[in-house]
Amino acid sequence: MTPPDLSRRDLIYLTASGGLLGLGAPGSNAEAESQQAQARPEKRSVELTVNGERREFQIAPSVTLLDALREHLELTGTKKGCDHGQCGSCTVLVGGRRVLACLILAISEHQGEPIETIEGLARDDGVHPLQAAFVAHDALQCGYCTPGQIMSAIGLLREGRPADDDAIREGMAGNICRCGAYEGIVAAIRSISAGGVE
Amino acid sequence: MSLGDPIPRRDGPLKVAGRATYAADQHPQGIAYAAPVLSTIASGEVLSIDTRPAMQRAGVLTVLTPDNMPALGQLTDLKGGTLGEPRLPLSDRLVEYDGQLVGLVVAESLELANEAAALVQIVYAPGTPRSEIERSSDRFRPKDFYGIAELQTQRGDVDEALSASPFRLQHSYETSVEHHNPMEPHATTALWEGDRLIVYDSTQGVISTRNVLAHFFGLPAGNVRVICPYVGGGFGSKGYVWPRTILAAAAAKATGRPVKLALSRQATFSNNGHRGRTIQTVSLGADQLGRLIAIRHHTLTQTSLAGVHVEPSGIATGMLYACDNVAVSHEVARVTTGSPTAMRAPGEASGVYALECAMDELAEAIGMDPLELRRRNHAVSDPETGKPFSSKHLLACYERGAQAFGWSRRDPRPRSMTANGMLIGWGMASATYPANMRPSSARVEAEPDGRFVVTAATQDLGTGAYTILAQIAAAALGVPVEKVRCELGDSALPEATLSGGSSTSASVGSAVHEAALKLRTQLSAGGAPMAEAHHEPGELEKQYSAHSFGAHFVEVAVDPELAVIRVRRVVSAMDVGRILNHRTAQSQIRGGVVWGIGMALMERTGFDPATGRLVTRNLADYLVPVNPDVPEIQVILIDEPDPHFGPIGARGMGEIGITGLPAVIANAVWHATGVRVRRLPIVIESILHQL
Repeated sequence: MTPPDLSRRDLIYLTASGGLLGLGAPGSNAEAESQQAQARPEKRSVELTVNGERREFQIAPSVTLLDALREHLELTGTKKGCDHGQCGSCTVLVGGRRVLACLILAISEHQGEPIETIEGLARDDGVHPLQAAFVAHDALQCGYCTPGQIMSAIGLLREGRPADDDAIREGMAGNICRCGAYEGIVAAIRSISAGGVE
Repeated sequence: MSLGDPIPRRDGPLKVAGRATYAADQHPQGIAYAAPVLSTIASGEVLSIDTRPAMQRAGVLTVLTPDNMPALGQLTDLKGGTLGEPRLPLSDRLVEYDGQLVGLVVAESLELANEAAALVQIVYAPGTPRSEIERSSDRFRPKDFYGIAELQTQRGDVDEALSASPFRLQHSYETSVEHHNPMEPHATTALWEGDRLIVYDSTQGVISTRNVLAHFFGLPAGNVRVICPYVGGGFGSKGYVWPRTILAAAAAKATGRPVKLALSRQATFSNNGHRGRTIQTVSLGADQLGRLIAIRHHTLTQTSLAGVHVEPSGIATGMLYACDNVAVSHEVARVTTGSPTAMRAPGEASGVYALECAMDELAEAIGMDPLELRRRNHAVSDPETGKPFSSKHLLACYERGAQAFGWSRRDPRPRSMTANGMLIGWGMASATYPANMRPSSARVEAEPDGRFVVTAATQDLGTGAYTILAQIAAAALGVPVEKVRCELGDSALPEATLSGGSSTSASVGSAVHEAALKLRTQLSAGGAPMAEAHHEPGELEKQYSAHSFGAHFVEVAVDPELAVIRVRRVVSAMDVGRILNHRTAQSQIRGGVVWGIGMALMERTGFDPATGRLVTRNLADYLVPVNPDVPEIQVILIDEPDPHFGPIGARGMGEIGITGLPAVIANAVWHATGVRVRRLPIVIESILHQL
């Protein structure tokens, strides 16, 4: 498909005014945007390949990949924890690499690259070995950060086998687990790291 | 298989597949999205709100403000529910804190709602904010903590005893405002079906939430259903009902559409509770043998202008050690922040920190090993009530923890231990948290295929409720646990208590145990395939003082040049009664320890003193422990069933892990560096210039 004709200026304007910033600092309320408000670009067509499936839909250019996945494609396995790239809950793989879905727009240069989310991880037998390892090592409690932890761990393992537990810890430093299941997370990744991962 | 077996977490497979559905994962047909408009001043009044620029955007459905917010029920008699903020959202034009909800936009899409919220124009008449305790002269002395514990107590003659003590010290210890920051920001999806309200809410209490909503919307409780199968962490911040839940229901009613209101991380900092700051003064008096003669513990803390919650830091002080003369007092300053609320071990987390730091300083003054000082002050019965403890194995915690840690090899002199150029410090402290039991019901049913289902209106916050309740039922039924499943998190199920105060095992667990025993008897007699039970504290529990205890041992390494503090290892020995699942139990304690590391070294919510506004409203400015911050945590579970607390003898363990841990780290930092830091969090600046 044709990439949307969106200028850099449009993007900066759109992201600054809401999309990427979520609510913005609650204080930036307003700065009087009422006249510009009427002139927003309309929705555009976007085509994403998510978990091997091509999805084409209409979307406002300001929508993040995270909101596109969750609210437009109803793939809610990817979680929103901060919307600022600070917690890692929304980690997905784009082109095989770890990406924070809240920090990129759905309409972006990543279009066309395969997107992998937690929903696409399970194999035919129902579960990916790393998912099983997370359960076996009690690498979760509330489960909210878990999809992001697992996708991040998949990305980490694809980047090369971590040398030791400290390398796993550093490699997973961008994924906060408020329940504090870090030891289990390290143990689960270690158990898979030894055998390699696809 | 039996009770205590470390079976894997029941909800694990769904969670690792991304298929566990949280409140903001709902997509009812015709959904609309809400975005809050938050105040940008911390004190004052809203003079006018112009919603026209927002309403002019195509796709904006409504903007709720104090001008058009429908009237809700009275603020009194909430019939078994509790508001986190005792004040109705959008009910007046007063602004009492930064980030207060002053409007709510509902639109066809999330991005449109967020954009339109930024278009709402508000004119304020600013007042004078006072976000710091020191600047508030509006103070009071609270009588009790929710009727559970007295907050002004005295036994013996503390003044007299202190002046007669061969060893005495007095120090002030400070803890910062902290925010729970569960990974799931607070969220609600609400929809109406005629006069029936259905709410998917991220809550620690579906029944409490149902009762509050029924009250405010003038509905019979049966017309409100609150559904919450999974909670993305709560830690107290989802215990009471906060404004967003009420507003989501009001917005759904106003628009006739299902409404999803998922707060941004920033918004969660203002009106979903926090732990109030504390300034605590602890005086200790002891004899030459280290025996405590007197303890005085005064806490100055804060609440909001309308608030009732206070951090009860002195709550464990009169109970933890044998001492004849103890005075505990609390004073509260009203400040212009959102309302504080219970946060993991409210009272003990902050108060045991101060007491256990003071104990370490006393040990230093006497020249006694800190562990030996605790042993010498061990209380055999509850010194506060005179009652026997229901069960207490604190001495075993000291012994097994010390042994596993290697405590006997500690050189008591500060700055005496080093490794690879780092200053090494070893610290220890006691941990404690009360055993709480509240009325709860549960049902157990036999299904035609030979399986069983346990139902209760409790919720699994990640604590393991799905898992341990199945184990309790299986043990009582005498069937393999594979045959039992749980359905929780729905107010339509048998009423159970709020998930707070580490109470689920003893409260809901006891009801499940009794329902399962009842069903077993019925089935063997050819009776009905379903049994329900209601459990509440009885005569047995009244005769005893029931508390959990533990001991933490920590090693820190401090870089002598950069003053960076790292926790290198932790040993936590815990006596929490019967262990229901050794795997999830270990994780609960580890989680508490990780919280203790955060409280000790990172967590602090800042306010701009000039404007009263929050300056740490995201996870880059408000730091919590991440993976490399957390070392190996060895958990030792004493696993002695409590014979005098409930039919199972499990006292709960969600909160004890954080208690004492910040003191252990402060004590270890002193041991490493010789610097006593009496304010949390201990950061680089706390010690840099004294190294």
